[in-house]
Amino acid sequence: MAVTDAAPIITTRFGHDDGHTIERYLATGGYEGLKAALAKSPTAVGEEVKAASLLGRGGAGFPAGTKWGFCPPGVWPRYLVVNGDESEPGTYKDRLLMERDPHQLIEGVLIACYAIGAAQAFLYVRGEMALAQERIAQALNDAYAAGYIGKGILGSDFSVDVVLHWGAGAYIVGEETALIESLEGNRGMPRLKPPYFPAAKGLYMQPTVVNNVETLSNLPWIMNNGGTRFAELGAETSRGTRMFAVSGHVKNPGVYEVEFGVTTFRDLIFAPVYGGGMRDGNSLKAFIPGGASAPWFYEEHLDLPLEAGAVGKAGSMLGSGAIVVMDDTTDAVKAAWRVVRFFARESCGKCTPCREGTTWLEKIMRRIVDGQGRPEDVGLLLDVCDNISPGIAWPPKQTTICPLGPSAVSPIASAIVRFQDEFIAYCGGTAESPVAINGKAYIAKPSEVAGV
Amino acid sequence: MSDTQAPETVVLTVNGKQIEAKPGELVIDAAERNGTYIPRFCYHPRMEPVGMCRMCIVEIDTGRGPALQPACMIPVAPDMVVDTESEVTKKAQDGVLEFLLINHPLDCPVCDKGGECPLQDQTMSYGPGESRMVEEKRHYAKPIPISDLVALDRERCILCDRCTRFAKDVAGDTLIHFQDRGNQTQVNTFPDHPFASYFSGNTVQICPVGALTASPYRFKARPWDLDQVESTCTTCSVGCRTLVQSSRNEVLRYQGVDVDPVNWGWLCDKGRFDFQAVNSEDRLGAPLVRNGASLAPAGWGPALTKAAAALREADPDRIAVLGGARLTNESAYAWAKLAKGVIGTDHVDAQLGDGLPAEVVLGLPRATIDQACAPGGTVLLLGPDLKEELPVLFLRLRHAVTHDKVAVVELAPRRSAVSDLATTTLLHRPGAEGEVVAALLAGGGREAGGIEPDALAAAAALLERGPVTVVLGRSNLADTGAGVVAAAAAIHEAHPEVRFLSALRRGNVHGALDMGLAPGLLPGRTTLDDGGQWFRDAGWANVPRTRGLDASGILAAAAGGKVDVLVLVGADPLADFPDTGLATRALAGARTVIAVDLFLTPSAQQADVVLAAAGYAEVDGTTTNLEGRVSTVTRKITPPGTARADWMIAAELARLLGADLGLASAEEILAEIEATAPSHAGLTPELLRSHAARDGVLVPLSVDEPAPAPEEVSSTEGAAPSGPAQEGESDSGVTEGAAEAAVAAEAADDSGDRQAAEADATTAQAADAVGDAPEEPAAPTAPTRPVLVTFSGGASTAAPAPDAYSLRLVATRKLYDLGTAVQHSPSLAGLVTENAVHLHPHDFDRLGIDAGATVTLTAAAGSIQLPAVPDAHVPRGSAAVLAFQGSPAVGQLISAGTAVTDVRVERS
Repeated sequence: MAVTDAAPIITTRFGHDDGHTIERYLATGGYEGLKAALAKSPTAVGEEVKAASLLGRGGAGFPAGTKWGFCPPGVWPRYLVVNGDESEPGTYKDRLLMERDPHQLIEGVLIACYAIGAAQAFLYVRGEMALAQERIAQALNDAYAAGYIGKGILGSDFSVDVVLHWGAGAYIVGEETALIESLEGNRGMPRLKPPYFPAAKGLYMQPTVVNNVETLSNLPWIMNNGGTRFAELGAETSRGTRMFAVSGHVKNPGVYEVEFGVTTFRDLIFAPVYGGGMRDGNSLKAFIPGGASAPWFYEEHLDLPLEAGAVGKAGSMLGSGAIVVMDDTTDAVKAAWRVVRFFARESCGKCTPCREGTTWLEKIMRRIVDGQGRPEDVGLLLDVCDNISPGIAWPPKQTTICPLGPSAVSPIASAIVRFQDEFIAYCGGTAESPVAINGKAYIAKPSEVAGV
Repeated sequence: MSDTQAPETVVLTVNGKQIEAKPGELVIDAAERNGTYIPRFCYHPRMEPVGMCRMCIVEIDTGRGPALQPACMIPVAPDMVVDTESEVTKKAQDGVLEFLLINHPLDCPVCDKGGECPLQDQTMSYGPGESRMVEEKRHYAKPIPISDLVALDRERCILCDRCTRFAKDVAGDTLIHFQDRGNQTQVNTFPDHPFASYFSGNTVQICPVGALTASPYRFKARPWDLDQVESTCTTCSVGCRTLVQSSRNEVLRYQGVDVDPVNWGWLCDKGRFDFQAVNSEDRLGAPLVRNGASLAPAGWGPALTKAAAALREADPDRIAVLGGARLTNESAYAWAKLAKGVIGTDHVDAQLGDGLPAEVVLGLPRATIDQACAPGGTVLLLGPDLKEELPVLFLRLRHAVTHDKVAVVELAPRRSAVSDLATTTLLHRPGAEGEVVAALLAGGGREAGGIEPDALAAAAALLERGPVTVVLGRSNLADTGAGVVAAAAAIHEAHPEVRFLSALRRGNVHGALDMGLAPGLLPGRTTLDDGGQWFRDAGWANVPRTRGLDASGILAAAAGGKVDVLVLVGADPLADFPDTGLATRALAGARTVIAVDLFLTPSAQQADVVLAAAGYAEVDGTTTNLEGRVSTVTRKITPPGTARADWMIAAELARLLGADLGLASAEEILAEIEATAPSHAGLTPELLRSHAARDGVLVPLSVDEPAPAPEEVSSTEGAAPSGPAQEGESDSGVTEGAAEAAVAAEAADDSGDRQAAEADATTAQAADAVGDAPEEPAAPTAPTRPVLVTFSGGASTAAPAPDAYSLRLVATRKLYDLGTAVQHSPSLAGLVTENAVHLHPHDFDRLGIDAGATVTLTAAAGSIQLPAVPDAHVPRGSAAVLAFQGSPAVGQLISAGTAVTDVRVERS
């Protein structure tokens, strides 16, 4: 942690080859957080997490302690669902947490169950992550055998069962209501919110808390060290540390745990201990700050801190913590097409604008990339975008059920606005946009950047 | 539908106008009721909304600024502001329509749906004029058959989830699914699992595009060629409301109409597609008269003369009339008047040994479908597999179980489709219903009818749970039904508050029984003893004084040479009577057989005179469903040749016998029924035509009726059958009584007595006048009508214990059988399955037979051979077969009048 000197919180066992075993876990302070939690009342545990200002690490960045409080009182049973379906392109932090330190996650699950009063937790792990599944399964068996899971945990009257569920490989199942549908054995398709807010009508129509793997992995440390100490790290609303996955045209792609809220994009991409700068001496063209669905950032955004509020104000998001860096050899049109293709293929097919719209966008983009672009295509692309996400604004509005459809809009709007000349080269001219573009990150020139 | 709470309203603003909505109502419904139609594809009022098509997204502001929301998913809230016409709304809706169209083939000119297609209509109303998509569309092989009746064109499909939701949530036949994902999502069946649902036609009707088409209708007509009337299906006794659509005097399609108390818009495939039988080439177009060994076409004059001569020459006590369930109420009344009033015989039965005594059906407290399905209640099923015999009632019951927490206790001799819904299914020995129910009423705890004590105790506890409705019918045609009767009597005696819903199956059997086509009864649910004088006073000169024979008795008498004239009014005992042997002997033994029918049925082929009748969609009148709900059937086309309505044939025969029935039109007959039949007082043609009667009218229209909702009770009148009408089951808040008063006031007809009544008709008391001022032709002088029949049980005899060597026979029906409607509908005839004997797997070892082997079933009456199938759904010691299904006829094993049928099963 060279840049800010803060000690790592959740990646402490990544240096151990056997960090995933219960022996190593217990030898390095494992399940002490659970004991600390059980010594308190569930409400006090919740307060501790609130004091930590722990933001959800899945993408939406909602305060975890507050989310727990949304379950309607007196409605039982309630469930905890762990979202381990990490599939956003460029995001691979949860996979490492599950592979390298599964007990830390399990301990976090138990603490959360204790706080919200759940007797059953469901661990939904993405289908492709075979090693993570294997290690979590082993860890669950060991934890059961050691009495950390099951009936009467550590001699208390607190009992929890944890169910491991393997996904079947659908990106959309990372959306919490689609994950719940999948968990119930149905097609992984999102439910409408309202009325199906998981906190009220979640798994099996019972109150359900859905938390991300990284979020829960922080809980043992918070229980051991206190929420206040956690909140001492970071800035503004973004407290503690956070894992970022840096990929693309940098020298050292990888996952880095950094102090949240104060480390900047420039630190993360260029510091020798992190990304190490652009490959081959190239210069930065653009970067995606928070997963494929985020509007793109550019050179002028580099000094923004990795802080949810500041990034949001600038018109994008930290999302799932995936930073994809593009250097000046990148074809912006092709890059946008690749991202759109991902969303078109991962559309679940439930609602019309996403099913038909993202696929249409992909077809138009592919035609352009294939050299068959027409000047009117740019305007057409933007109008179709507008029909999926009215106003092309940030945060996005949507005609769809879930945010997947609007996710395909961000890369197109980003590329068209910033790299208009490349589209002109492909399409032989750019027609007037028939719709207004309102996202702050969709900027043509550096001087127009907002919120910096 | 059951908001019994304070009926406060929610006020919201739609397009700048304040509207009132019901609490919990969806925005899409509230707006539509108030004149603002929001376009939609996936939303269907009878299914859970899913908000998938996104066509109904409109700007809704609940205080946090306007946001696009699907109107089909959002319930109204106070001070909500909805804008369905804003620029944002319109742009979004245009966009959704464009998205739906980019992969749609736009083959409207060759699409059956063109002209009645919501996608086409809404594109014209809301959509863009031209497509901006230049890329290749999605392609699929088209169309593919997904069942024998339904074809699927996936290119036209807009993935609205209506058909798949219907199959899963409404029908419970989860056979069509979304497959693949994203833009490649398609609706399809899984290999080797066709969409073989009894309800598949509904998916065609609710498909908002031409993706699902029904093979019987494909390419038959364009919507603008069709002319239509509203009618009521008489394929079974549920009485689903339908549209009959025809072109060039040919019926081409039936569509379900949504009536709240009955079918909710659904139809079964048999009812939907048996229109083909109406158009059949095999229909009789002229009378036939026997000439030696063959039947030759004849004119109506000679045919009627020959029939009348036979009737005139015979002693009334040696004349019998079988059948009537095919008829309208009016024709049934005319035939009852001919048989009982003119000829003077009481050997009359509309049932064919496959039903229950008329007193049981008419005399027990009756339930409506809504009452049986009321939330939180318990249904005791003592009857047939509803899915096979009364399919849409099955849908209603299924909804009650899956949505309204209704518990079903099923008592049956073999598992049925209802078993999957039932909280508990008690499989009893055939014929043991009486002892099982006696044990249930005693709280269980002892073995009865082959059922364990614990299971009985658990079921007994369920019956304590909520209001109980008994669905009563015949679950086994190989017994006499005495067990069911004994069970009903015991329940009624122990719990007089329990109501009964009849599960008799034949089309208008309840109307025929109401009209007196049953031994011992006269029109209006009254007995010979109670109503004889009343009807004699009304001009029925020869009303018999002693009770006649039922169908079994009539056929036995005919077989014994004691029947001179056997009249078959839409009855085919050779095919439909459970005891085939007796039916054969009876037709041979009757001196003269007169058949009135649509087809030359096996029985009609044995007749001496065959009179060609007009059938469904060819006559006007009314029909009565299993609740006692009277609704209209409507003529749409002309009958083939010179075929005529059944009531006309009755009137002609009466005239030739020297009597005048005094009946000249269906409406006139209805007026006479209203005037004479005790249970039908107040049921005027005007009432039936009125808006208040759009869902049909329950008879009797008296306060004796099922308790209406509290706020709708008007407590002015006593319980006399001639009292005013207070039906009050409709949720419109308008009681039938008030409606009747209104129409009575409107209908100031030319009768002087009527005019006197008119003065009173401004109050809700108009019906009082009806008794005093009956219609012209039959004018009973007695001021009060006879009392209605009641049922109080009778001697019950327990079925004999089975012997160790025999299995007890269970004969049940399938929806698609050898009946005329199915056999003359080419699309349905092929769906009849092969027969087999189903035995519990354990019985195979005991009997030393192999699965699939052909076995010989031997009963006292005869013996047949069938393949044997192991089936754990049949209890040990029973042998289950299908009646009226394939050859050899199971009826050869059954002896009418024998309590149960025991069979030996041996290797052939």
